[in-house]
Amino acid sequence: MEIKTYNPRDWRSHPPYSFKDYGSSVKRGPLKKLLPLKQTLSEITGPLFSDIKLAPGENDLTRSADSGKEAMGERIIVVGRVLDEDDRPVPNTLIEIWQANAAGRYHHPVDQHNAPLDPNFSGAGRCVTNERGEYRYLTIKPGAYPWLNHSNAWRPAHIHLSFFGPAFVTRLVTQFFFPGDPLIPLDPIFNSVPTKAGRQRLMASYAHDVTEPEFALGYRFDVVLRGRQATPFEGPQ
Amino acid sequence: MSKETPSQTVGPFYSIGMTRQPMNLMASASTQGERICIEGQVLDGDGVPIPDVMVEIWQANGYGRYNHPDDKQEKPLDKSFTGWGRSGTDAKCFYRFETIKPGPVPGNDGAVQAPHINVVIFARGMLVHAFTRIYFADEPANGDDAVLNSVKNKARRKTLLAQRGERDGKIVYRFDIRLQGGGETVFFDM
Ligand SMILES: [Fe+3]
Repeated sequence: MEIKTYNPRDWRSHPPYSFKDYGSSVKRGPLKKLLPLKQTLSEITGPLFSDIKLAPGENDLTRSADSGKEAMGERIIVVGRVLDEDDRPVPNTLIEIWQANAAGRYHHPVDQHNAPLDPNFSGAGRCVTNERGEYRYLTIKPGAYPWLNHSNAWRPAHIHLSFFGPAFVTRLVTQFFFPGDPLIPLDPIFNSVPTKAGRQRLMASYAHDVTEPEFALGYRFDVVLRGRQATPFEGPQ
Repeated sequence: MSKETPSQTVGPFYSIGMTRQPMNLMASASTQGERICIEGQVLDGDGVPIPDVMVEIWQANGYGRYNHPDDKQEKPLDKSFTGWGRSGTDAKCFYRFETIKPGPVPGNDGAVQAPHINVVIFARGMLVHAFTRIYFADEPANGDDAVLNSVKNKARRKTLLAQRGERDGKIVYRFDIRLQGGGETVFFDM
């Protein structure tokens, strides 16, 4: 069986498994060299969720799904495109979203930050890219929150996103950050990305064209997943 | 050419976005194949089981076909089986899947791969996910599997083998994952 493989993981773009400034990474990643695996059918296939039906409102985190009541905080619209390394759109791919509320608190039993929970904000959402790879969701701008990694440690405001793409090897979970946040250069998780250009790719940009008058500010965050290896004799389209 | 978006950790609160609903019951009554449970713990460099870890798996159906358009084999598709599952951990730090044993799938160069399950691991503290595979210790086809044989150290090869057991009349394969240290699981760059 002939298969068309994906580009290797770009280790210049990704953080190392162990990054000592992020304390909990030190014991939680392989120390031995990864074993190279030549991609097979197992790696170039993957879950597509092509029959997934999102409930109405899953891409709107600003309202409680139960009560319909509005969450507190600054409404934002997040848009972006999911592309591969050759700038081809990744259509119909599931995006999972989770984040802290406006006060910097997660709706999670482990989060003991002494900041208010918002009964109307679960912090969870999902959306799917369209044929052009575009996604859009509505949420509340998350607050910064403290953590125990080092003294006076605060995570800059960020939103967690999970992507699948077309294959098992295109899986990606990341976080994006907001421009102008003074906590960003102090954040070991952000700083774990080895290059400045890579770190820049975790930054959303303010998008005035997405901002809606009298309603919400717009931000844009584009995402690039691994691309498919070019076949040497592919003819012109 | 654009560059990949960097990976970041799922953090301690990934369950909000990723495991609120159980996604680890992969086989329904009509799914074709041998019913198995796969479970285990993910251990850190001190051998301590990790509570805030998430395991995702991807596998072929009982006939050895993936539910994906790039799998163009003639084998039957099983409408009741997507082949994908996700598990957080329980109070004792165990992940668990109820699934079926996958059939053999083609490898490269005309070879056939031994039945296996593709695994990806996320955790608080992991800045990048890790890829591994689950093979079945009692599977005779393992000896001819190119990926297993690419692990030259035999002791390390064993880290990819799930051990078959039984509980309450069910087949349970145990597969622990050691992120580092003694017995570190083989992880792949793929
Ligand atoms: Fe977070």
